[in-house]
Amino acid sequence: MDIVSTKDLVFEYIRRDDEGNPSDVTTALDHVDIDVKEGEFVGILGHNGSGKSTFAKHLNALLYPSGGTVFVGGMDTKDDDKLWDIRSNIGMVFQNPDNQIIGQVVEEDVGFGPENLGVPTKEIWERVEESLKAVGMLEFRKKSPNKLSGGQKQRVSIAGVLAMHPKCIVLDEPTAMLDPSGRKEVIRAARGLNDVEKMTVILITHYMDEVVHADRLFVMDKGKVVMQGTPREVFSRVEELKALRLDVPGPTRIAYELKKKGIPLPDGILTAEELVREIEKCR
Amino acid sequence: MIRDITIGQYYQTDSVMHRLDPRVKLLGTLLFIVALFMYKNPAGYIIAIVFLFSVIKLSGVPVKFITRGLKGILMILMITVLINLFLTPGTAIVTLGKVSITYEGVGMAFTMMLRLIMLIMGSSIVTLTTTPNNLTDGLEKGLGFLKVFHVPVGDVAMMMSIALRFIPILMEETDRIMKAQLARGADFESGNLVKKAKSLVPVLVPLFVSAFRRAGDLAMAMEARCYRGGDGRTKMKPLIYKRRDIIAYIILFLFVIVSVWVGRWSVISGFFNDLYLRFLLN
Repeated sequence: MDIVSTKDLVFEYIRRDDEGNPSDVTTALDHVDIDVKEGEFVGILGHNGSGKSTFAKHLNALLYPSGGTVFVGGMDTKDDDKLWDIRSNIGMVFQNPDNQIIGQVVEEDVGFGPENLGVPTKEIWERVEESLKAVGMLEFRKKSPNKLSGGQKQRVSIAGVLAMHPKCIVLDEPTAMLDPSGRKEVIRAARGLNDVEKMTVILITHYMDEVVHADRLFVMDKGKVVMQGTPREVFSRVEELKALRLDVPGPTRIAYELKKKGIPLPDGILTAEELVREIEKCR
Repeated sequence: MIRDITIGQYYQTDSVMHRLDPRVKLLGTLLFIVALFMYKNPAGYIIAIVFLFSVIKLSGVPVKFITRGLKGILMILMITVLINLFLTPGTAIVTLGKVSITYEGVGMAFTMMLRLIMLIMGSSIVTLTTTPNNLTDGLEKGLGFLKVFHVPVGDVAMMMSIALRFIPILMEETDRIMKAQLARGADFESGNLVKKAKSLVPVLVPLFVSAFRRAGDLAMAMEARCYRGGDGRTKMKPLIYKRRDIIAYIILFLFVIVSVWVGRWSVISGFFNDLYLRFLLN
């Protein structure tokens, strides 16, 4: 069953002049069809302005399509009666960790979502504990979010949406403002949710190495889906990615350059271990 | 200067005061302040001072921390003292041109100073021992009866707690912007007050822009987490009165009744008046 499915999704930003007449139309999403199955880890890649964040906001009914439809768990996001069902089904984590933490104490922030859903007090505490445990932040539960590092803040944000028991988590460039070690923390937490809790994860990013382990990738450019497939399929098309101003993961790039120099390596090498293994085969 | 104000700062430790229900503390502050303005003789203040220092002792917050909050109101304090000193009519002690210091003025100035200092100390105890969230919870529940008059108490409480959460973030941001402007040769130090105020414009403009952007982001994040106003929400930490809160209420009411009664008892007032007059006449 598809958790998320978009059909012919179009979204236009309409800029208006002083009289309120439309003066300029930017098509941010151009006939996008993306389906995500339950339990999948899907990566959505794209350069700045490719429409990937606009897409994310459609999944949570923060934006409504100008054309086409978005179905979340079988519900149309245009259906106002289902709005809160949709939002509790899709947990969103945004880019800036400071601008999405509401609580003054870590555990109170994680409890914010369940409080809004009207969950009984006792269950809120259980959910907070299990969510913080899932992202490895349980020992920080009494701390002030201001005292945490960027990576830790983002893990708290993930716990905050987990506590709402969503069916799917959408991470909208969660690592864009973090340092490398913070990025690793967050990606590890996201992968852990998918592996251990079987949570559906949609990771939107422009860092290629973060989605090497995804089940499927969608590459977006100028509001269109231009490539899709497994990471191996997508990353074998090095030249095309380059044309989209996207970089392939380091090991893939090395393998690609070596191959150009005539060393017989297979396409779509993703990790350093794979690369080492393949190079050793060549000796 | 901003950093000196203790109100709105939480001192983390574990004490009876920290564990008290915020409603007790809020009502306590209110009653304490009202009581301060009802005393007519020093006996009342002595009881209030003893009470205040016992509460400080119980709270486990260092006195130094509380008195630091007084720095912020130093100006107000001085102005109040001066106005009372010179503008209270009565028997003059010293005359300086058109104004004169009176017996009554000295007493009045001293009383006002004492009241203000105790007022600030009393209210900082509450903010120092209560997390801002707890405080807004207390306000929300304590003022819940206003819902009958269609006052959106829950939403206002949420706004307050968000404002409090963003104070340190915006302070940090101000600092960053100021440094960035200093690096570009901005001068915040020299010149008169008007010039100094003008030099802050390049700090305030980016600060406001970023605050609005944050507000937009935060609103979206809250909507994404199903926030839809104060109604229908449950509480992770609901406020429930415990035994210690009842005891605190009893102590509080006892204090107010006894201190106000003593503080306004004419026999004691008369005694202190005599003492004061005799002291001044010597």
